[in-house]
Amino acid sequence: MSQMSVVEATNAALRQELTRDPKVFVYGEDVAHYGGMFRVTDGLLRDFGADRVIDTPISESGFLGMGLGAAMAGMRPVAELMFIDFSLVAMDQLLNNIAKTHYMSGGSVPVPLTIITQGGGYRGAAAQHSQMLEALLLHLPGLKVVLPSNAADAKGLLAAAIRDDNPVVFINHKQLFGAKSEVPDGEHIVPLGQARTVREGTDVTLFTYSYLVGMGMQVAEEAAAQGVSVEVVDLRTLNPLDWDTIAASVTKTHRVVIAHEAHMRCGVGVDLSHQIQSRLFDELDAPIQVVAALDAPIPFAKELEDVVLPSPARLLEACLGAVRG
Amino acid sequence: MQEVRGSSPLSSTTLFSIFFADACLRVAVLILNLSLGPHACKLAPPMETSQRDEQFYRSMVRMRAVETELLALSSAGQLRGSLHLAQGQEALPAGAGAALRKDDYVTATYRGHGYVLAKGGPLLPIIAEILGKAAGLGGGKGGKMHLFDLEYGILGTNGIVGAAVGTAAGAAWAAQLQKTDRVALTVCGDGALNQGHVSECMNMAVLYQLPLIILCENNLYSEMTPLSRSHGDVNLAGRAAGFGLNTAQIDGNDPEAVYQVMSEAVNRARTGGGPTFIEAATYRTIGHYQADSGIGYRTAEEVEAWRAKSPLDHWAAKLGKRAPAIAAEEQAAVRAVFEEAWALPGPDPLAAGTQVFA
Repeated sequence: MSQMSVVEATNAALRQELTRDPKVFVYGEDVAHYGGMFRVTDGLLRDFGADRVIDTPISESGFLGMGLGAAMAGMRPVAELMFIDFSLVAMDQLLNNIAKTHYMSGGSVPVPLTIITQGGGYRGAAAQHSQMLEALLLHLPGLKVVLPSNAADAKGLLAAAIRDDNPVVFINHKQLFGAKSEVPDGEHIVPLGQARTVREGTDVTLFTYSYLVGMGMQVAEEAAAQGVSVEVVDLRTLNPLDWDTIAASVTKTHRVVIAHEAHMRCGVGVDLSHQIQSRLFDELDAPIQVVAALDAPIPFAKELEDVVLPSPARLLEACLGAVRG
Repeated sequence: MQEVRGSSPLSSTTLFSIFFADACLRVAVLILNLSLGPHACKLAPPMETSQRDEQFYRSMVRMRAVETELLALSSAGQLRGSLHLAQGQEALPAGAGAALRKDDYVTATYRGHGYVLAKGGPLLPIIAEILGKAAGLGGGKGGKMHLFDLEYGILGTNGIVGAAVGTAAGAAWAAQLQKTDRVALTVCGDGALNQGHVSECMNMAVLYQLPLIILCENNLYSEMTPLSRSHGDVNLAGRAAGFGLNTAQIDGNDPEAVYQVMSEAVNRARTGGGPTFIEAATYRTIGHYQADSGIGYRTAEEVEAWRAKSPLDHWAAKLGKRAPAIAAEEQAAVRAVFEEAWALPGPDPLAAGTQVFA
C-alpha cells in the first residue's frame, strides 16, 4: 500500500494500462506536453511517447467522435474531458453515437472508449465549471458511469473502465483530487458495478457517491453522537447499479436517504428512490429522502453556493428525519 | 459540366458555383499532379477503363434497383421509417467504392446505403437490416440509417448530419497509430459543412495528417434549403482548403472522375500525405425523403435538367448494347435478395433489451 492522492492514483491507473496494453492511448486538451490541467496525465508523454499520449485542440465533439472511431477500429482510447461541463458541447457524439453504436450495430461493434473527466462544486467555479452531470449520461442507455470517492477506487475503477468493452465515463471530483489515502501497489482492479458499504449502520442507509461519501461519513459520526446509526453505501458505479448491495442494505435498515451533488429533478436520487419503493415497498418504514443540489444553476458567491449545494447540515437533517419522522 | 450552361434553368448563383467548381477542378487536378511525388507510380488503376465502365454501371444499376424496391415497399406502406434515396447520385458510391480496399473504413450519411453496397459486402444482410429482420447487419436494431459491418470496414451510416465525420477521422487515427496503411472515407453532404463537428474534425485531420478522405456530396440543397440560403460562402472546398486539407472539386455525376480523384486521395492518405476533401457536384433527382416530392423548393425544370445528366443513363449509353443485359442481371439479383430477405423472420421481441452493452 502507498499513500496517494486521487490525481496520483488516476495517473497510476493510466500508467498501469498504458504499460499493459499497446492499444491504449490517452488524449485530450493539454494532456501531453502540459501534463493535464489537474496533473492527471503528468509525465505520461515522457514515459510512453507521442503515439500514446496526444494533445488535442479544444474540440470536444470532434475528439470524442474520433475516440469512437478509434475504438471501433481496434484501439482502446482514453479521452480526457477537462471539465464534465464541457461534455455538453459533445452530447451528440456522447449520447447519439458513442452510447448507441453497440446496440445499433446489433452487438457487432464494441466501443471500448473511456472518458475521464472531473466535476463538482464547492470551489466557487460557478455555473459552467461546477456541475455534476451524471444524470444526463445515465438517462440514455449505453454508457457506463463511474464516480470514485477515494484514491484506491480511482485506480481500480479506472483500470476496470479501460479494460471494459463498453464506453465508460469516469468522473473524478475536483474536491477530491488532492485527497490522499491508501492505494494497493501493483495491479489493482475494482470491478464495475460493485457498491461498497463504507460504514455499517442499523437505523438508516445513506446511499451516495463521489465527494458526498466523505461528507456522509462525517454526518454518520454526528448522527451516531445523537443516537442514530447510519449505514453509508458508496455506490461507486451508477451504471451498472449494484442492486444486490442496495437491496440488502434497505432490507437491513428500512430507511433510506439518497444524497448527491447533482440537481434533484430527474436525477439519480429520484430514479433510485423509485426503484427502491417499487421493488422493496414493504421493507420501507419511512419515506425516502433525497438530498441534492437545489434546482438553480451553481452560483459563484460562497453565500449562494453554500445554499445550492448539499451540506453536512442538510445530510444530517435528512438522516435524522428519516429515523425520527 | 459545361453541357448545361447553354440552356440551363439553374440560378446564376448555382451556375457560378458550377463554373467555379469547374475552374477549381482544373487547378486541383494540376496541384494533385504536381504534389504526388514518388508515389505517383502506385496510382496506376488496377482495372482497365472498360472493366471499370462495367463495374461502375453494375454498381449504379444495383443501387438504383435497391432503391426501386425500397420505394415500392415504402409507397405500399410496407417499409418502416424514413427512406432517404439517392437517385441521381449513384456515380459517387460507384466511383468511390472502386477506389477502396475491403479493409478501408467508410462512414456515410443517412443517404449512404450506396456506399455500403459499393464496399462489396453481401447484399442480403444489408437488405435484411433495411427491412428490419433478425438476420440484418444490426439484427433489426439499426435500420437503414444505422448500417454497420466491421468485416467490410463499414463504421456506420448515420442519422445525424455531420456526425459520422468524427468516426471516420477516429478510424483513420487508429490506422495511423497502428501503423497500417488503411484509410478512412467519410461521406457527407453540403449541409454537414455547417456543423461545427465537421470543422473540428477537418482541423484535427490536418493537425494529425490523418489518412482521411472527406467526400462531400454537394447536391445543391441542404435537405430543402439551397446553398444560397444556408452557406455564407458556397465554395465548400474553399472552406476545407482553409483548414489545410488537400482539396478537389469534381463532377460527382461522373463515376470515372470520382474514381480517379478518390484513387489519388486514397494513395496520398496511404502514403502519409494527409487528408483530402473532395467536393463533388451532384443532384438528388428525387425528394429528400419519401414524403418529399422534391418539387416546390426546386423547379421541375431544374430537376429535369439534372435528370438528363443521370450517371446511370450516361453509362448505359456508354456501354451500349451490353447495358440492358447487365441491368437485367443486377435487377434480377436484387429482386431475388429482396424476396429472400422479405421472407426472413423479424427479431425476437425479447432482443429489444439486449446488446445495450457488450
